[in-house]
Amino acid sequence: MDELREPRAITRRQLLAGTGAFIVSFSLLGMARGQETPPAAVMPAPAPASPSALPGDLNIDPMLDSWIAIDADNQVTVFTGKAELGQGVKTAILQCAAEELKIDPLTIKLITADTVLSPNEGYTAGSMSMSMSGTAVRNAAAQVRELLIAKAATQLKADPTTLTAQGGQIVGGPQSLTYGALVTGETLHVNAQPTSKLTPTADFTVMGTSLPRVDIPGIVTGAVTYVQDLRPDGMLHGRVVRPPSYTATLADADTASIEKMPGVVKVIRDGSYLAVIAQQEWQAIVAMRTLARSAKWKEQASLPDEAHLPEALKALAVEDGTVADSNTTPTGVVQTFDASYTRPYQMHGSIGPSCALGQLGSDGVTTIYTHTQGVYPDHAAIAQMLGVDQTKVHCIHMQGSGCYGHNQADDAAADAALMARAVPGKPVRVQFMREQEHAWEPYGPGMVTHFTGGVDANGKIAQWDYELWSNSHNSRPGPPGALLSARYLATPFPQDPQVFSITPTGSGDRNSDPLGYSLPQKHVIWHFIKDQPLRQSALRSLGAFFNLFSMESSVDEMARLAGVDPVDFRLTQAADPRGAEVIRRAASSFDWAGWTPVPGRGRGFAFARYENHASYLAIAVEIAVNTDTGTVRLVRANAAIDSGEIVNPNGIRNQTEGGILQSMSWTLYEAVTFDRTRITSIDWQTYPILRFGGVPDSIEVDIVPQPGQPFLGAGEAAQGPTSAAIANAIRDAIGVRLYDLPLTADKVKAALLSVPAVD
Amino acid sequence: MSIQLNVNGQDETIDSATDTPLLYVLRNDLRLNGAKFGCGLGQCGACTVIADDQPIFSCVTPIMMLEGRKIRTLESLGTEEHPGPLQQAFIDEQAAQCGYCIPGMMMRAQALLERNPKATEAEIRVALEPNLCRCGTHMRIIRAVLRAVDAMAGA
Repeated sequence: MDELREPRAITRRQLLAGTGAFIVSFSLLGMARGQETPPAAVMPAPAPASPSALPGDLNIDPMLDSWIAIDADNQVTVFTGKAELGQGVKTAILQCAAEELKIDPLTIKLITADTVLSPNEGYTAGSMSMSMSGTAVRNAAAQVRELLIAKAATQLKADPTTLTAQGGQIVGGPQSLTYGALVTGETLHVNAQPTSKLTPTADFTVMGTSLPRVDIPGIVTGAVTYVQDLRPDGMLHGRVVRPPSYTATLADADTASIEKMPGVVKVIRDGSYLAVIAQQEWQAIVAMRTLARSAKWKEQASLPDEAHLPEALKALAVEDGTVADSNTTPTGVVQTFDASYTRPYQMHGSIGPSCALGQLGSDGVTTIYTHTQGVYPDHAAIAQMLGVDQTKVHCIHMQGSGCYGHNQADDAAADAALMARAVPGKPVRVQFMREQEHAWEPYGPGMVTHFTGGVDANGKIAQWDYELWSNSHNSRPGPPGALLSARYLATPFPQDPQVFSITPTGSGDRNSDPLGYSLPQKHVIWHFIKDQPLRQSALRSLGAFFNLFSMESSVDEMARLAGVDPVDFRLTQAADPRGAEVIRRAASSFDWAGWTPVPGRGRGFAFARYENHASYLAIAVEIAVNTDTGTVRLVRANAAIDSGEIVNPNGIRNQTEGGILQSMSWTLYEAVTFDRTRITSIDWQTYPILRFGGVPDSIEVDIVPQPGQPFLGAGEAAQGPTSAAIANAIRDAIGVRLYDLPLTADKVKAALLSVPAVD
Repeated sequence: MSIQLNVNGQDETIDSATDTPLLYVLRNDLRLNGAKFGCGLGQCGACTVIADDQPIFSCVTPIMMLEGRKIRTLESLGTEEHPGPLQQAFIDEQAAQCGYCIPGMMMRAQALLERNPKATEAEIRVALEPNLCRCGTHMRIIRAVLRAVDAMAGA
């Protein structure tokens, strides 16, 4: 078990005591917060408490020692409730702490999401890790530094303005004191203040630099990095046998003969939940397959008709809500554009199927290593599923394959808990199979939109009417019914019904309020779909991806109606100078003005401010169309992003490049397929995604410096604009607008055959 | 039933069913983390290792087919303290997001560079076609392999 933390719930106090720590009464507070606060179960994500509140997530945990600890040996430990998802957040948080504490980032010990040790920062989602946790850590670190300077001034009888923090010491002339010597008792157990003495951008030595990711050397050499790499002594291997379809119920299964198979330790049958636990992994897989073959299920056709998915979705709308309304009527409209757009269900498609490791200790605590985005919500949901107190479930985040939202990480954690309960004392590693990950993950929901707009005689947008049909894009835990297996137990936990809510951040309606442009009239309606015919939840950027595909495609058509260049059209109506700046930069980087039309090639542009309050991103793309096959290839992409103060430029660039390529894959290739009973996208043949043959020649990302501005986050800004830019480029190349995702070769070819090129 | 395998230059005696795919033996019996489980179907390349001089999908290759062949995994390329040229190139290019696909990419690239030390960008793209990346790290992966081509040529 050397790579694991103690299987029993340890406290932060014990952790630090083990390293010779000074620490203090705080930890008890931390325990109370972490383990006895049921609202964690229902909080989708923490939000600032009030406008006058503390910076970032200091609001949810204002004690400085919840974020920063310094022991007598001068070891600095930083705590974040956020998780490393491959977005580089560990490295960026270390940079924030190191900059303000004036120490080497590589000397800091970092504890990430853990229901015993870390602050409860809800989910690692919504591109909010830096704006919430990065901001909290940075401010806490700055305030700790100033506390240490003040304390040193007292001890040294010096003027605090003559003292500086450097390399773990407070220095004043020939005198110095280490941080470790200054921190005693409850020194850091104090409330954070609303304002901090932050290091100015001009003085940065760690922030603003491309510090290499701390985890990449381990990744490229085979170090223990992922949950999948855990293998404590005596570990058993767990596999589930899923029903063949969502509503199937188990009629019969030959568990007795499976239990006699080589290596099989346990077969679990609980209602319609089936699982096997074996000594070796291959034995578990063989037993899983044999059990699956023996199982008899009662199935029913409960899925919509995939061939008419848009109509089926629209028929499910139960309630309308107004997202935005200027309360004005369109005036001066001289030309109009009217279109409907559709999006199928699309997958997270993690390369590594979900995995978790669970162990039920003799103290009744189930410890779970999980790559979930939300350890706190998970431990609450799992405790409810198991029927135990929350103090009896300890969830610890460990990296997994990229998730891009709510995939099956939480489900694997729940299965690890169920299997650990069946073999007390034994660690069990649960690994989902590829077909299980594909068929059972909660997809990005299918959506339909409708746009009616118009331009006036001055070539400006005069009318903007937009409707969307969508679920809420969130069915995460808290409630135990959000955990897949919990729904199939003999005493099942049904899934909570979807709740309709229109918020500034948005869900299905994310980015549907066209705040990026100054408009005289707008009217935006969300037709809320409550039923979930396919399992669905949060996929990177939620509704923003498809709303922006629809909206920025429509903006392009209105520019055509107005006879104005699409970049100029956007620039002249951009509502915000920072928006205009990324538009200018992306166009310049692409050399939009120098474009010469080439047959079979097209260019497209799109822009948005993610969530209407986070990063600004504009993108110009060039595509090539093979007119014989209809195949579209992204040739190059030039993006500009403003995500506020820059912590790690290479990290922002990496996230943006990745977002562009992933969005391109969603846009050109991806749709979940199903018949009336079963999901039929069960592997990479039946759900194709981007391969190297489709990779562009180049992607350029220009990052706008914003010294002193708040962090805006970068993880999801590219998803929406990329999709529309590609659609606009196809329109430019072939003279036909495509409205229905994905924009496959078949659809492009059909468009080429149906309509002669007009441009 | 036991089988003799040669992995990263070491002879290993494996006590597992002979139809066990190599991947599970590497990961569990030999505790090597490099090769990853991605699909178990030979569709994604996360499990790629080298047998003699060929990249193979370890998730669909039973150990009974590998006796007498020299198997190499990511761990054969170097260590965190002393990374090999391909590993150093991936570090220098920061060519990872979640990183889960990266070891498979690296082993397929390693096989290519051993076969063709002067591989061009176009040849690298073709060689990596069997391997999937979901984070969209492709541009960096290509750059890292090109960097390794230069590093190995200069060495």
